[in-house]
Amino acid sequence: MESLLNITGAVLLVCGATFLFLGGLGLVRMPDLFNRIQAGAKTTTLGTLLVLIGAAFLQPEWSLKLLLIGLFLLFTNPLSSQVLARAAHRIGIEKSDKTHVDKLAEDLGDKR
Amino acid sequence: MYKQNQVKYKWRDRGVLFATLLLFWLMLNNSLALDSLLIGIVVSLIITILFCSGLSFFTEFRFTPKAFVAGILYYIYFFKELIKANFRLAIIVLSPSLPINPGIVKVRTQLKSRMGRLMLANSITLTPGTLTMELEGEWIYVHCVNVTSTDTEEATAQIVSGFESYLEVMYG
Repeated sequence: MESLLNITGAVLLVCGATFLFLGGLGLVRMPDLFNRIQAGAKTTTLGTLLVLIGAAFLQPEWSLKLLLIGLFLLFTNPLSSQVLARAAHRIGIEKSDKTHVDKLAEDLGDKR
Repeated sequence: MYKQNQVKYKWRDRGVLFATLLLFWLMLNNSLALDSLLIGIVVSLIITILFCSGLSFFTEFRFTPKAFVAGILYYIYFFKELIKANFRLAIIVLSPSLPINPGIVKVRTQLKSRMGRLMLANSITLTPGTLTMELEGEWIYVHCVNVTSTDTEEATAQIVSGFESYLEVMYG
């Protein structure tokens, strides 16, 4: 029983770390800020959640606090990405050449 | 009508905020000793009074059995989408040609409540290839890694509808 918990926890930790690594790779490879935020927001959420669940398997007595951290993460992570993206768009960060439609800029243009 | 609802739910929302804060405090402390309990109650009360207009998880939540079922289904759907998002992103990042086709599209939501819209925006950010950029009334501007349709109606059907059906029951 003990070893089963340990193995599951370790596997989850490795999975989480893999997703976090892919997120980091995404940050390097993506062409512009908005795509980078996309890579960062999703992978860090799932990656960190998996790491937290893995930690809960390894140390069951921590699970309540780990659950709290997970909840905070689920609420703050998308929010911060979204606010960063919005701010970047407002100050006119350059978009990659591949971007072929920008409804937000079009609509803002109408108002000005 | 919306304003009336806000007044009607004001006291209920405060009570819920207080209970949530106290629960968080107890979970962090992991004890029910009298002194820590008292501190928790006092601090939760102060925060509730200061931030009563803020949003908490159950603000505007409809406390009906149907809403709870929708909530559970919503979370199942949400985690499914989150995992899908990660695998899709992994494929994009690992393929040498980096197959992306980014753009910002505009979608419309039918949700009326503030919390419903917030949850929707957050969910969109965490689902495959989409990132909420700006919320303006019923319009949401979404950055997509792969734009499949620039038409507002079609994009709405693709991006928003899945979550909206659950959130509509939960928050309205």
